Amino acid sequence: MVTLIQKLVNTFFKNFFSQKSHIKLGLYGPPNGGKSTLANKICTDWLGEEMSTVSHIPHETREINIKEEVHIKNKKGKELTFSLVDTPGIATRIDYEEFIKKGMKGVIAKKRAKEATKGVIDAIKWLDKMDSVVVVLDSTIDPFSQVNITIIGNLQARNIPVLIVANKVDLKKANLDRIKAAFPQYEVVGVSAKYGQNIDLFYENLFKLVK
Amino acid sequence: MVTFQFVPYSGIERLSSAKRINKLLNIVKSNKIVILEGRLKKEEEADLIEITMEEIDQKFKGIELSVVYPDDNKSRGLQKIKTGLVNALLGDRQGLTIVGPASIVKKIEQNPNQIELFTRENNKKKD
Repeated sequence: MVTLIQKLVNTFFKNFFSQKSHIKLGLYGPPNGGKSTLANKICTDWLGEEMSTVSHIPHETREINIKEEVHIKNKKGKELTFSLVDTPGIATRIDYEEFIKKGMKGVIAKKRAKEATKGVIDAIKWLDKMDSVVVVLDSTIDPFSQVNITIIGNLQARNIPVLIVANKVDLKKANLDRIKAAFPQYEVVGVSAKYGQNIDLFYENLFKLVK
Repeated sequence: MVTFQFVPYSGIERLSSAKRINKLLNIVKSNKIVILEGRLKKEEEADLIEITMEEIDQKFKGIELSVVYPDDNKSRGLQKIKTGLVNALLGDRQGLTIVGPASIVKKIEQNPNQIELFTRENNKKKD
């Protein structure tokens, strides 16, 4: 009997700690929403280094980037550890000519488009590996896009907890209420990942998300 | 000229997910805009994006996708259960799914009960 109880206790602690130390927190969303900027903000705040490159040209992140063992702490001293997964932006169209319009040369633009399509496929495949997801949306853009609805619908279908970050609230065109109205069943936090605006509120919500 | 092709739900209901997606993508790749009765499963929508990405080349630039769906929050109690059962048994025939080739459809703007489709050729709005 004692052995059985001991076994149960051991299993509980093993599972508890193995789960907690391997939490995968994914950053998902359409291209140019600010996923990598937010990933960099989190890593700079808690690890003192950036994790991704950012650009105004869409599809800068074309591979899954993972930063292991990110420890964050809240005001009450509670700690949270997770692997941060920065994913390529999910899109339904990728046209190399759009990259040429942004000043890229043909060969580079075609290569970028090819890598971007692979990135989208990887991002979708990785949905199943996530424990919790932060969906990063550009608050200056209409959120009623099918890509956003499909991402969030798929997370819901997989029972993955979701927090929505309405990014770029520092911009005049930002409309936080429009995002709240589009996804009323989810917690929405308005932040500026670039300038760190409301970032403490975001961290507080991460603790609620990753229980 | 823009061509729309209506696909009734009965045209896909007996197909596997992969075949459903292929059917829709084949129509889109022939430069037609699909109007599907009902909607795909959520996982199928993600698969549609994934397979679209695999198919992208210098000619095929991807798709524009939009789903008009009755607001779930407005139906209550028994009606919600009834709808859920019908959807589970017969497939989700409510609403409409629009899938168009990115080379023709510039964007689809979606309000909960209205869709505005902008074509690439002349950027004309079609309601």
